[in-house]
Amino acid sequence: MTKSSVSENTKRQKPAKAILAKDAKSPANANLSSDELIDFYSEMIRIRRFEERSLRAYQQGRIAGFLHLYIGQESIAVGCISLMEENDHVITAYRDHGHALAVGMSMNECMAELFGKSTGCSKGKGGSMHYFDPSKNYWGGHGIVAGQTPLGAGLAYGLKYQNKKGCALCFLGDGAINQGAFHESLNIASLWNLPVVYIIENNGYSMGTSQERSSMHPDLGLAARAEGYSMNWGHINGESIFDVREGVKNAMDLAREESKPSLLEIHTYRYQGHSIADANHKKYRTKEEIDDYRKNHDPLLLYRDYLVDAELLTEKGLKEIDQAAKTEAEESAKFADESPFPPESDILKDVYWEEDNPDQKLSEGRIFFND
Amino acid sequence: MSEISYRQALKDAMIEELEQDENVVIIGEEVAQYNGAYKVTEGLLAQFGPKRIVDAPISEAGFIGMGIGASMLGIRPVMELMFWSFAYVAWDQIINNAASVRYMSGGKINVPIVIRGPANGGTGVGATHSHTPENFIANTPGLKVVCPTTPYDAKGLLKAAIRDNDPVYVMESTILYNNVGEVPEEEYVIPLGKADVKREGTDVSLIAHGPSVLVCLEAAEILKSEHGIDAEVVDLRSIRPLDEQTIVDSVKKTSRAVLVEENKPFCGVDAQIAYLIQNQAFDYLDAPVQRVSAIDAPAVYSPPLEKIQLPKSDVVIKKILEIC
Repeated sequence: MTKSSVSENTKRQKPAKAILAKDAKSPANANLSSDELIDFYSEMIRIRRFEERSLRAYQQGRIAGFLHLYIGQESIAVGCISLMEENDHVITAYRDHGHALAVGMSMNECMAELFGKSTGCSKGKGGSMHYFDPSKNYWGGHGIVAGQTPLGAGLAYGLKYQNKKGCALCFLGDGAINQGAFHESLNIASLWNLPVVYIIENNGYSMGTSQERSSMHPDLGLAARAEGYSMNWGHINGESIFDVREGVKNAMDLAREESKPSLLEIHTYRYQGHSIADANHKKYRTKEEIDDYRKNHDPLLLYRDYLVDAELLTEKGLKEIDQAAKTEAEESAKFADESPFPPESDILKDVYWEEDNPDQKLSEGRIFFND
Repeated sequence: MSEISYRQALKDAMIEELEQDENVVIIGEEVAQYNGAYKVTEGLLAQFGPKRIVDAPISEAGFIGMGIGASMLGIRPVMELMFWSFAYVAWDQIINNAASVRYMSGGKINVPIVIRGPANGGTGVGATHSHTPENFIANTPGLKVVCPTTPYDAKGLLKAAIRDNDPVYVMESTILYNNVGEVPEEEYVIPLGKADVKREGTDVSLIAHGPSVLVCLEAAEILKSEHGIDAEVVDLRSIRPLDEQTIVDSVKKTSRAVLVEENKPFCGVDAQIAYLIQNQAFDYLDAPVQRVSAIDAPAVYSPPLEKIQLPKSDVVIKKILEIC
């Protein structure tokens, strides 16, 4: 992580392999076991295979609405969430599948949610943009750009209020940085020393509008806006899961130990459109640009090469992990397909806590108004 | 019983809940050091300290959203909006996040937040500061909204709101803050969704909420003394949940209804009440249901015109005389 120059981080001129080998020696990574290192690969490939399978399901008409795919950004969710401890929490925007799988939600419940089935993680009530699992400290899955950023401050506020040593990881896209709610959150987080780490996953495009056309920013990049709030900030190279872990660990430590917030900008790229409905995604950027990232900067490929070079995995081992992820994704689609849709009676459930807990209901009167 | 102000009643409710539950925290603009823009939280900082009574910057979306996030972890924030009119800059948090997180998570999360503050016109502050958004809130499944009129109701309803595990929005009134009324010494809670018959009568049902209840009570006294008409005044108190039974029972008794509110007429709360009455008491009605709402324009500043714009007793009486 560096504050010095965004261009240095984004030029990506150095051979990527050399970057990973160097990053692997940083304090947050130097003591990782081979099992842990291999797990990172498994987790990233699981996300990618899940996303690819969900894309096919969407094209087959199994999934409604939007589907914001995470392909290309896997090192961020896996790298960050691998650092979470008992009292750490995570919240994100609508490109939320990767984070959900990384916290340990199953492919089955995630795929079933996309299919709108009762076995989905939100019983089919949330859809692609609204995954939740508070039992895994995962608080969504939020559909409105930057709408989750005050909630992230709130999770941190709750931790601090209850004297728990932990932090909140609040992810957002680069398009979210121009929303007022985000700036209000930064001010409050810094003013009140809330243990929150805001992580901009900068994939270069807010929907179809490039960063250059949407965000006024200095040479120091988007995260430098934190300067205005006297907040710690920095840039991270998203193609290196080691750099992600190193930079985010430092910010998480600052949050946990000193209750100070940070704003991190992780440079990454998405290969698919903003959403699958974004059929135009190849028109606002060149084919060469996408191909270059796929070939030269893909966090999964680079990490795979690192593991092979470090003799942690053989080609055979890699294939086995990949095949397992493909099989798991395929089975999740089967599970989702075979699961029932929620019954009509489910529409009025989960609206009010009190209605769902009638034995503890204190209110009277009418709460639903049909008929 | 002792006579206290509506303002004091709200404060007493907060004090009792702050004392009983350490997860209750008061957050808002000027609530602590300044002692409250309308002095509702006066003295709370001295009594409970800065951890429990928190001054927020002018960032409604930021601090209300923060409260929603904290409530997901079990904190019970009582957020003050200096005016409910300021809710609109935080609408995404108030409507999307607070109301929908439980649903979208399949019931895994609940949001025990209270947002309270004044929502009324009649104070010469113009269109931006005079909104009464209870109808918008009531239109949003997942939310609850109450509009207390008396000190007794203000205390009992706010306590119920703070204890509720769903988001409850409390609409107060700057016009009512100085009003005094009897409040019991012993602890009590008023369940949400329970209307109150503020005046019993036999000839016409006046159904109202918020300051309009007082307008109706005034009209009822004049009707009795000058026209010999005995009006019943039903105070809804809670908009969602709604006490339909008390409304329907009253109309069945009197066979006539005039609905009074500060909301603008189109899609105001009373549009729903009128539907309810025709649906459930149609055969009992001797006359069409009448409505008195604010005159259908943004809140006018000019004080004499603002008085005309809001419901007042002579207009209510005129409506009643048309059907009685």
